[in-house]
Amino acid sequence: MAEGTKNYSPYDVGFGIYVHWPFCLAKCPYCDFNSHVRHQRVDTDAFATGLVRELQHFHQLAGDRTVTSVFFGGGTPSLMPPRCVEQVIAAIYDLWDVAGDVEITLEANPTSVEARNFAGYRAAGVNRVSVGVQALDDDDLKKLGRQHSVDEALKAFKLAGRIFERTSFDLIYARPGQTVAAWRTELERALAEQQGHMSLYQLTIEPDTAFERLHQTGKLVVPDDDLAAALFDVTQELTDKAGLPAYEISNHAACDQQSRHNLLYWRYGEYAGVGAGAHSRLLTENGGRVALSAEKHPERWLADVEATGSGVIETENLSMADQAREFLLMGLRLHEGISLERYEQLFGRKVSQQQVEALNKQGFIDFDKTRQNIAATKTGMRVLNSLIALLAD
Amino acid sequence: MTKISNIRNFSIVAHIDHGKSTLADRLIQITGGLSAREMKQQVLDSMELERERGITIKAQTVRLDYTHTDGEKYVLNLIDTPGHVDFAYEVNRSLAAVEGSLLVVDASQGVEAQTLANVYQAIDNDHDIVSILNKVDLPAAEPDRIRQQIEDVIGLDASEAVEISAKTGLGIEDVLVAIVEKLPPPEGDVDAPLKAMLVDSWYDQYLGVVVLVRIIDGELKKGQKIKLIATNATYLVDQVGVFRPTIEYTGKLGPGEIGFFTGAIKQVADTRVGDTVTDDKRPCEQALPGFKPAQPVVFAGFFPVDAAQFEDLREGMARLRLNDASFEFEMETSAALGFGFRCGFLGLLHLEIIRERIEREFNVDLITTAPSVIYEVYMSNGDKIELHNPADMPDVVKIDHMEEPWISATILVPDEYLGSVLKLCEDRRGRQKELTYAGSRAMLVYELPLNEVVFDFYDRLKSVTRGYASFDYHMIGYEQGDLVKMSILVNAEPVDALSIIVHRGRAEQRGRGMCEKLKDLIPRHLFKIPVQAAIGGKIIARETIAAMRKDVTAKCYGGDISRKRKLLDKQKEGKKKMRQFGQVNIPQDAFISALKMDEN
Ligand SMILES: Nc1nc2c(ncn2[C@@H]2O[C@H](COP(=O)(O)OP(=O)(O)O)[C@@H](O)[C@H]2O)c(=O)[nH]1
Ligand SMILES: C[S@@+](CC[C@H](N)C(=O)[O-])C[C@H]1O[C@@H](n2cnc3c(N)ncnc32)[C@H](O)[C@@H]1O
Ligand code: SF4
Ligand SMILES: [Mg+2]
Repeated sequence: MAEGTKNYSPYDVGFGIYVHWPFCLAKCPYCDFNSHVRHQRVDTDAFATGLVRELQHFHQLAGDRTVTSVFFGGGTPSLMPPRCVEQVIAAIYDLWDVAGDVEITLEANPTSVEARNFAGYRAAGVNRVSVGVQALDDDDLKKLGRQHSVDEALKAFKLAGRIFERTSFDLIYARPGQTVAAWRTELERALAEQQGHMSLYQLTIEPDTAFERLHQTGKLVVPDDDLAAALFDVTQELTDKAGLPAYEISNHAACDQQSRHNLLYWRYGEYAGVGAGAHSRLLTENGGRVALSAEKHPERWLADVEATGSGVIETENLSMADQAREFLLMGLRLHEGISLERYEQLFGRKVSQQQVEALNKQGFIDFDKTRQNIAATKTGMRVLNSLIALLAD
Repeated sequence: MTKISNIRNFSIVAHIDHGKSTLADRLIQITGGLSAREMKQQVLDSMELERERGITIKAQTVRLDYTHTDGEKYVLNLIDTPGHVDFAYEVNRSLAAVEGSLLVVDASQGVEAQTLANVYQAIDNDHDIVSILNKVDLPAAEPDRIRQQIEDVIGLDASEAVEISAKTGLGIEDVLVAIVEKLPPPEGDVDAPLKAMLVDSWYDQYLGVVVLVRIIDGELKKGQKIKLIATNATYLVDQVGVFRPTIEYTGKLGPGEIGFFTGAIKQVADTRVGDTVTDDKRPCEQALPGFKPAQPVVFAGFFPVDAAQFEDLREGMARLRLNDASFEFEMETSAALGFGFRCGFLGLLHLEIIRERIEREFNVDLITTAPSVIYEVYMSNGDKIELHNPADMPDVVKIDHMEEPWISATILVPDEYLGSVLKLCEDRRGRQKELTYAGSRAMLVYELPLNEVVFDFYDRLKSVTRGYASFDYHMIGYEQGDLVKMSILVNAEPVDALSIIVHRGRAEQRGRGMCEKLKDLIPRHLFKIPVQAAIGGKIIARETIAAMRKDVTAKCYGGDISRKRKLLDKQKEGKKKMRQFGQVNIPQDAFISALKMDEN
């Protein structure tokens, strides 16, 4: 794609809509996403109506646009009744112009119950599902607190492949006790199943999770940096060989199979997020950018929406420096890297040439002088946080 | 003013953790010095730092009102004393201001090293002593055995030792009775010219310089013009009062009383501890003998991590100095660290305390360079240089010889740890002078080079004897030594702030130790970093810090970029706590931690 070489308006990368469904059947011990378990029946219709009202609110903020991608994330959006998904998608079509090739993704947990919704989602307009298989080992799935077996997950994934145009096969690796050899075998098996896209996340111990407490007391041991680096390298090697190279640190795709919605985040485009705890980034008239975030607690969010039309509780006008750092943080995760010219045009500042050259010489970044483009090398990707800290001012 | 026969002045001496502070709290509580609501634990340890570390740094005083069983009202003045050898001078001057001591011994632990060191200081000051067996509430308490031990080891009559629990309050009344009945009242003449001992002084934000005094003869009154004999300065007394422990203005103090006054005194340095306070017009005939001022023996550089904070640092140091005349500093510049100060301290604990107070009270993150003693460098051309800073070491070819300070150390240690202590002293180039026994305790006298002691000897001694050794020392003078400057190179660049002066025979071991420590202290970088120790051009030790293998956020937080940005901010914040040397960031605490030796 010639993105970044034509004209540098950030509108180029599209306009996306994120829809958050904040409920799960059970809380996975590693997870710090905005997900909540409810023991009473959730009034799904009320929440869907709330999402629609918030979409109307965002239409007023962002104006008439062409929606290029929609993403139902969670929590577990595969717990939404298909009619609710349909209601939300219909509202988007009502409010905005929608691109003919729009990508509409939904994150699905692969239990047999949830798989029964797949056809309904397809009918509602979903054309891509990201399936949280997470591990191909039943013991490990248990330890991860998952509600499905390997067998159930693979069946759900196969079904998804028949119903939707595109899928993603999601795994968590660098799990407690995982060896390079075991991961090799597991990943090879997954590569035989995938259908063009995989998200392969190294397990991260997040604050305020059950895993963090176990980790701190020494009851949960995760691979050290050296092993994690080796696991990362194996991942690159096998996915490259299988024709599914990384286009982002943890995301792999065959040709043209990238997640357009996630690319929008990484290319620092515009998106409106609706639902409890959702985030948005919208451009303002004078070239500024505003970050919005919503109330995280689902019922409080709903009450806010019902009262005011929006659950947004924080609005931050990002300074040029903040925007520049966010741009680097996101863009350098991509294999394609970032355009230094675009950086300069958007934020009126320069990345230190000296730092670029030093990191280039050390083999951490590729520097294409004619295109004025920098991108992390394979070695660079492993230590990206350090690179970004050096490049950001 | 209190009738002199109804005054009792005393200190409490004890080994650490035997309950000195808890007993003081109880005494204050029971005599009504503070209401239950005002009572927080360890009232006299007023600095945040004292509470946290559980040590007393500054002597504190409190006046207690007590009605005896015979109906007479007594005034009891307690001076609390610090327990660490760095502040030994302060213990001594506090003891000099009172007539008696409570010797507190934990009834399950028994007599320990500091019990001995402190009680002997009290005996040297001609104190009458009341023995107290504390913690009798503990099941492990053996008051009879410990009573016997006090008699055998210290040689005090302990037959009337008071059994108490400072924790539950049991026996506290008996302590008060014993103070009145066993300790002598002070002596003094109210009609004689004013003569008072300057016990301590400090700077108070609201009152200015506060001077703690013990009146020997005469009266100290509000509005009086007084003279400090040693400095020959005169001041008008502004306020006179006592601590209960909160301030109470009394207008005057008479013989035997302990209290404070304020006047227009500008800085603590204008007052000398041990000086005699007298009336300007009617001075006393003879001044008190006085104390020698405490001399700094350890020097180190303080530099702000963020060079922009130099002025804040300067101000913080000046403010602390107001309150602590034993702490010295002068400006220093270093090629790598920029502007900072070279500071002198009484010992390492003193250094750490000043450092922590600057960081906390003035919000300046500090880099502290390797502590050093004062070396005397004799140059071939006949010049003599006092070297406080390894960075200033002259070119070796121009040096004729160098001398270093030596001390004589007295160590009391239970038998079973003697072997480890002997080894420690020998490792530190010690020369044994004496080895005698007192019961199951050995008393060792060793001569040691101060530079082997100053840094972590006391910590090591405590750890090899599990806290059962006491340690005291005094300077004996300078001696020639085969001393060299050892430099540390990080990524092939010398880091001056890490260089030390060391005896040639110890250089390799120290160098290896420092390189190993730095390997753990310096975080991994994008490239591998050699860490070397060198004397002149010769490398004597080397370690390598491997390159960073992985530092990346794997997970996708979707559109929550703010969170990532905040993580980046935190990472940058963390970097601010480091100082860059060439391409390498060294954390601020590495400079001191690298020197700590874990000998085995
Ligand atoms: N059981 C018991 N504990 C005590 C008693 N007196 C003090 N302690 C505890 O011993 C520890 C040290 O006491 P502290 O007064 O700080 O000792 P200091 O170092 O001599 O000032 C603290 O944890 C106190 O609570 C006592 O009579 N009985
Ligand atoms: C928040 S989940 C939402 C989708 C769905 N509920 C699920 O669990 O599959 C999105 C993805 O984030 C990844 N993830 C969540 N917590 C993680 C963690 N602590 N470390 C690494 N990956 C994690 C999982 O792979 C998951 O597929
Ligand atoms: S199902 Fe997904 S969102 Fe829900 S708790 Fe588990 S990982 Fe988190
Ligand atoms: Mg104490």
